[in-house]
Amino acid sequence: MSLVELEINGKKISQDVEERQLLVHFIRDDLNLTGTHVGCDTSQCGACVIHVDGKAVKSCSMLAVQANDTKITTIEGLADGESLHPVQEAFRENHGLQCGFCTPGMIMAAVDIINRNSNLDEKIVREELEGNLCRCTGYQNIVKSILAASEKM
Amino acid sequence: MYQFNYKKVETIEEAVNELSANPESKILAGGMTLIPTMKQRLASPEQLIDIRNIKELNFIKEESNNIVIGSTTNHYTVASSDLIKNKLSSLSRLAEGIGDPHVRNMGTIGGAISNNDPTADYPAACLGLGATIKTNKREISADDFFVSLFETALEEDEIVVSISFPIISDSIYMKFPNPASRYAMAGVFMSKNTSEVRVAVTGASENGVFRWTEMESSLLNDWSKSSLEEVKLSPEGIMSDIHGNSEYRANLVNIMAIRAFEGINE
Repeated sequence: MSLVELEINGKKISQDVEERQLLVHFIRDDLNLTGTHVGCDTSQCGACVIHVDGKAVKSCSMLAVQANDTKITTIEGLADGESLHPVQEAFRENHGLQCGFCTPGMIMAAVDIINRNSNLDEKIVREELEGNLCRCTGYQNIVKSILAASEKM
Repeated sequence: MYQFNYKKVETIEEAVNELSANPESKILAGGMTLIPTMKQRLASPEQLIDIRNIKELNFIKEESNNIVIGSTTNHYTVASSDLIKNKLSSLSRLAEGIGDPHVRNMGTIGGAISNNDPTADYPAACLGLGATIKTNKREISADDFFVSLFETALEEDEIVVSISFPIISDSIYMKFPNPASRYAMAGVFMSKNTSEVRVAVTGASENGVFRWTEMESSLLNDWSKSSLEEVKLSPEGIMSDIHGNSEYRANLVNIMAIRAFEGINE
């Protein structure tokens, strides 16, 4: 076991983890933050995207021990109390989800996309969504949501 | 995933000591290949040596007409570096096309070349620009570094410190990504300066990345569309799988070479 100390959604955590535990399992099973999803076993779907030190990463392809001494934000840490984050609000307004399984990863990826790109357009959003799969929407309303959110951020 | 020990190191020396002490160790940098491979139990190292915290391995600088990149520099950092965009845009564009944004935030250049996946992009840039790979022991030219599939000239206690790319502005990378995995089914890195033409091919050969010497000499002899089209890659030794047979892949390489040539001439 190794000691992991990190800050997640503003809360400090200090806990022993098994070296082979994936970060996503630590977040879901140990910390009970089940908004972060596991949608595949091949690092492709992006349902597990979170922010580690402000950068979007796939938490299924990272070990919990690697996250020692980092600051993590998951989907649970986005909203400000009762008021949704602009990206969450935009997904709701624009019907950017259907079953909702990919949505936490989509939204975490979207926040990162908007942070990195000052002049977003549809082409950039579609390219940037390379690592996030959605099996319901056909992406139309996801793209619309991200563009709408980028106007407000 | 099988159980293993985890060791985080802060210096190159510490990493090398750990490697020498336990030959069943593996270096963990971004982990974008290693961790998925371990999840599938295709790899089961006894120990992981995490080198991501070694500060001296994370840098980008210009040095005597070369772009030098530290081995733990991630793909996003390379893709977004203004220095590389201005001096060697072929390399920024290559980095921008690796995996997806989340993978680019973690995956490293040193990891990519040390793994030498036959469909990886960076090995093509190393060969196509005539890069030099600096390790904790020596300097290795890219021509000697990539040995075969997932095999490099690295010894057991050797780790990549940096990669030095000559600044050749007439250079470009063209790839045909697999529509599902986005790995290269065929990728051609072409560069041209006064004395040399280099054409490196990834994604295609059963032996991994290689220099297409026949194309190089034809283009060096006469930099023209006709001498480009005279040379066709033989399907012999080219990968054949569910995504495409060797004839198809060889033809893709021909087409990527044409696109690269046209891109340089633009």
